[in-house]
Amino acid sequence: MIDAGLKSELQKHGVFVISTEWLYNWGRKSSIWPLQFGLACCAIEMIAAAAARYDLARFGAEVFRATPRQADLMIVAGTVTKKMAPQVVRLFNQMPEPKYVIAMGACAISGGPFKDGYNVLKGVDRYIPVDVHIPGCPPRPEALLHAIITLQEKITGQHIDRARWYDAKATTEFPIPVCGEHDLLPPANPEVWQPPKDYRDVTNEESTKKP
Amino acid sequence: MIPTSEQLCEAIRVAVPGAVIEIVPSTPAAAQPALLVDCEHAVAVARYLKDEPTCRLDFCSCVTGVDYLAKSFIEVVYHLYSVALKHGPVVLKVRAPRELDQCRVPSLTPVWRGCEFQEREAYDLYGVKFAGHPDLRRILMWNEFADHPMRKDYVPPADYEWEPTPHDEVLKRTKAAGGIMPPSAAATEVKK
Repeated sequence: MIDAGLKSELQKHGVFVISTEWLYNWGRKSSIWPLQFGLACCAIEMIAAAAARYDLARFGAEVFRATPRQADLMIVAGTVTKKMAPQVVRLFNQMPEPKYVIAMGACAISGGPFKDGYNVLKGVDRYIPVDVHIPGCPPRPEALLHAIITLQEKITGQHIDRARWYDAKATTEFPIPVCGEHDLLPPANPEVWQPPKDYRDVTNEESTKKP
Repeated sequence: MIPTSEQLCEAIRVAVPGAVIEIVPSTPAAAQPALLVDCEHAVAVARYLKDEPTCRLDFCSCVTGVDYLAKSFIEVVYHLYSVALKHGPVVLKVRAPRELDQCRVPSLTPVWRGCEFQEREAYDLYGVKFAGHPDLRRILMWNEFADHPMRKDYVPPADYEWEPTPHDEVLKRTKAAGGIMPPSAAATEVKK
């Protein structure tokens, strides 16, 4: 490791000493290309965030790709219907690693106001792993910007030598649910989504007591 | 000026012999009571309403099903307007038994082409089969789906294992599904 004082001194002379990992993560976090698709009204806020006023380009995430093969980030913007859920999982499977998911808005998180609907998936995290949840109905563009920054922080904290996507045994494919006679089969992917065992697990005062 | 329901009723009885037609109360949105037609003569009545020069009901704006669970029938409601004469709506209703194998009404798609998707929707959500429909498939739910979710006896899948803020009906379902009960609900149960 280089001494912090020396590093700072070198920087004054235009010499930057950084680790490969830092450079790697800096490159990734500065060009998070989202997959271009929207499912409902949250997509309008996503469009606003990408347009000139809120300008997602400031964070390097404005290049919405029309194919999952070129995308790093899936912004699930809107209600995921049960009919649409297999396609969302399939698109996520088609994205190359490393890949991330933002669940944008109440519907993508939990089904939101349509939760009890007969065709509404109760949260996209039942089938794919979500990195950042944004509450709101719909969330404002600033909230999406905040989610992108949160994701950038997460990327900065990742380590190359411990990256999940370099692990040969790690799953990059998530099972695509099948449209059954009464519901999607399975109704959730147990590897990704486990309901809390106890209500106290999610209440604030109890969670602080947990080890 | 649009003919009143009584006038329409009389005119239809003359024009379509044998048609069993009845005046039933309609929603407040419609200017006048609805016409309830029997299934056998529904298409003939529809054609009459469309072609008759004083009616000219050339536009079907809405088709929907209504499930009368207690009375054990399903009603299909058509809202008809005249674009040519700028009047409407006239509400046309047909009824069928609730049992899935008997729940069959004649399709009015051959009369009003715009009914096609809306009749498919009524089929999808209420299980009403439209005889004579050119392409009767599900439109909102997936093809493999077996239920008709807008029927009042529809039982949703029991995926209530985790509800962050359950109350009322959802609380009952969460309990039935063996889901996690919030501390407040558990406390009230202990008191009882």
